[in-house]
Amino acid sequence: MTSPLQQKLKINGPVMVTANRLGDGAVIYRTAAGEWTTEIAAAAIATTADHAKTLLAAATADYVRAVDPYVAPVEFTADRRVLPGNLREKIRFAGPTIALPGA
Amino acid sequence: MYLYDDFDKTLVDERVNEFRDQVKRRLSGELTEEEFKSLRLMNGVYLQLHAYMLRIAIPYGTLSSEQMRMLAHVARRYDRNYGHFTTRQNIQFNWIKLDELPDAMADLASVKMHAMQTSGNCIRNITTDQWAGVAPDEIEDARVWGEILRQWSTLHPEFSFLPRKFKIAITAASHDRAAVKVHDIGLRLHKNGAGEAGFEVMVGGGLGRTAFIGKTIRPFLPKRDLLSYVEAILRVYNQFGRRDNIYKARIKILVHEIGAEAFGREVEAEWEKIKDGALALDPKAIAEIASRFRYPDYERLADEPAELKAGLAADARFDTWFKNSVWRHKVPGYAIVTLSLKPEGGPPGDATAEQMDAIADLADRYSANEIRVGHEQNLVLPHVRQRDLPELWRALDSIGVATPNVNLVSDIISCPGLDYCALANTRSIPVAQELTRRFRDLDLARGLGRLHINISGCINACGHHHVGHIGILGVEKNGEEYFQLTIGGRADEKAEVGALLGPAVPYDDVVDTVEDIVAAYLELRERPDELFIDTVKRIGVEPFQERVYATR
Amino acid sequence: MPLVKGGRIVEDSYQRVLDDAPVPDRIPVIVPAARLLADADDLARRGGVTGVLWPNDRRIAELAPHLHKLALVALVFPKFKDGRAYSQARQLREQYGWRGELRATGEILRDQFMFLERAGFDSFEVKKEADAEAFVEATRRFSVFYQPTGDGRATALRARLARASSATPIAREREQVR
Ligand code: SF4
Repeated sequence: MTSPLQQKLKINGPVMVTANRLGDGAVIYRTAAGEWTTEIAAAAIATTADHAKTLLAAATADYVRAVDPYVAPVEFTADRRVLPGNLREKIRFAGPTIALPGA
Repeated sequence: MYLYDDFDKTLVDERVNEFRDQVKRRLSGELTEEEFKSLRLMNGVYLQLHAYMLRIAIPYGTLSSEQMRMLAHVARRYDRNYGHFTTRQNIQFNWIKLDELPDAMADLASVKMHAMQTSGNCIRNITTDQWAGVAPDEIEDARVWGEILRQWSTLHPEFSFLPRKFKIAITAASHDRAAVKVHDIGLRLHKNGAGEAGFEVMVGGGLGRTAFIGKTIRPFLPKRDLLSYVEAILRVYNQFGRRDNIYKARIKILVHEIGAEAFGREVEAEWEKIKDGALALDPKAIAEIASRFRYPDYERLADEPAELKAGLAADARFDTWFKNSVWRHKVPGYAIVTLSLKPEGGPPGDATAEQMDAIADLADRYSANEIRVGHEQNLVLPHVRQRDLPELWRALDSIGVATPNVNLVSDIISCPGLDYCALANTRSIPVAQELTRRFRDLDLARGLGRLHINISGCINACGHHHVGHIGILGVEKNGEEYFQLTIGGRADEKAEVGALLGPAVPYDDVVDTVEDIVAAYLELRERPDELFIDTVKRIGVEPFQERVYATR
Repeated sequence: MPLVKGGRIVEDSYQRVLDDAPVPDRIPVIVPAARLLADADDLARRGGVTGVLWPNDRRIAELAPHLHKLALVALVFPKFKDGRAYSQARQLREQYGWRGELRATGEILRDQFMFLERAGFDSFEVKKEADAEAFVEATRRFSVFYQPTGDGRATALRARLARASSATPIAREREQVR
């Protein structure tokens, strides 16, 4: 596996680093303090490729807590709240778009 | 029903212990994700968008009511109260936690169920006709061969790290309900001129990025040679299948690149060396396995008993369901009943824990404790007395599994898509749901006749879109969900890959487009009983293209 | 990298010889395949046993004519996930009757030990110390085997048949003879 630092990383807009929690698979986001959170509002936001790479490298090294971290786009609401930046991330954030049968 | 004995039980328990240890090593950091991934995959554990997913094998689609109750228990205890039956006779749970997985697997092992080889680059769950053992058109029970292959392939020391996944399906009937031609190996049990039963062996079928129909490399293989021949195929594949590109690693690419004939020659050469070895099946060995398939003590009954006739006369809804969901059984006075897991607006193939429990109870009462799972993502009660049908129907209707849409336009096959799957381009379940709403008029659906719509959320083709009469494939365009449509595919004995209809359409248009295809068919068919698939065959794709894209 | 043989971690008596390096006299060596094919006879005259490191994309048929000059064959697992050498091992043992040492090299983890053993390997260059130490435990994890390989372990099917036929003494005898 090539280390994330060597991978080319192009970003066109603000991004975060996200992964799944090892123990239960929950969606988690990397914080600026080097922790993981399920609250997207607490995710560290990078706007440069270098910053994103640094976040990702630290996240990848933390393989005991998180599985397969990657860089994902974010958007901001008018009042600067963080939202996931594409459909996949929206679904990861909010859950399936369908009503679950067992509910 | 197949009776597992203490050997099978011991192996499943040992496997659970091994997996418990592997999970422990992963959670402690002793294993990296890269190392752990192929281990967890071989135990059917995926990581999806929101959680881990556990895929449990239902070998050759046969479940006891006790096993069904255990699935309900797993759904309740470890998941969110439901499960999803897949196109390969497996069930998936979508919300399972890694740290609880060993316990869930231990619970499953108590009824001899497991998740071995439901994923990963190994020989996957062996599938067959969901009507095997009861179908009037079969020459024998194909599950015996499913079991022989299941045992041979389980924890196979040589074939657990293949270039890519490997799927085997068997049919013994004249109508192929197991889609054998789109499997890595398809086996068709049939009789030769001398009246002896043996296998036609097909290789290199498969869907995914490049779809191929399997090619016959041996028209007739004696039963004794089944295992040695399949081992020879796997050995050739294991050594020469491509490992440089994940999209070219399936056996179909190898067969395509070197040609079916050259591939067949390699297999025959390898087989010559091993055919008389330890894998040769003597009649005693076959009989041992066959003897552990148990059939109910069928009563001597007549077809069309008075209770059934009275029921049909009394209730038009029952009559409609009977015509749609009930099939002739091998034994007079009995019937094969399909339970539709495709209610209007529901996710195809999903069942709640309550439904699973209720179906288990009904299987106890009406079907000799047995349930089957088919690749169309519906369930089957295989041994129902015809006189019980009215009562059974009322019970099925009350739990929502008696929608009379089997094989009709709303009996949609769909993969989980972007609502769950980490590989998806687009969602597929909401498309299926909207289609079932759009085609809710069952009179219209019956007027359309047999029509299979298959949906996949990406090119991996878990929803078998290539072989849907209408196939829908999710693609991404500039971050938006788009769908490519194909028509004319089919998965049965006349298997064919569908032809592309035209440019992909956006999410909001896909259901309308399908409606336009159906409207075009109504206009183009020669007679009301010319099926959609036959119309496409007769006139090709173009007349459909003209009509569907005229207004787009 | 610890070497496991006979269930125990042992000293490796072989020396690896790279492509063009001179081959030392009277010392057990493992040479690359190309070297073996080029200098097979010289190597045999050297007064020290020879092993070969055979790549996983070359047919065993090519190696077969030289087997009698060798004491060891090492097969390669460049990645844990690359299982070609399992097939090579079974062919060597079961079709070419190889009785010498059969060594697994490359990315060897504990979760492969049983498969490797069943395929015919009897020595293992293990990636992690902890895995090497767990060798015996890992290979005893399973007691039921469904498919026959050259390792001689009885399959579940044969065990069942034996159990069924042990009802009569004659049948039991026949089972033992086999
Ligand atoms: S077809 Fe694609 S989207 Fe659908 S389940 Fe398979 S991998 Fe996921």
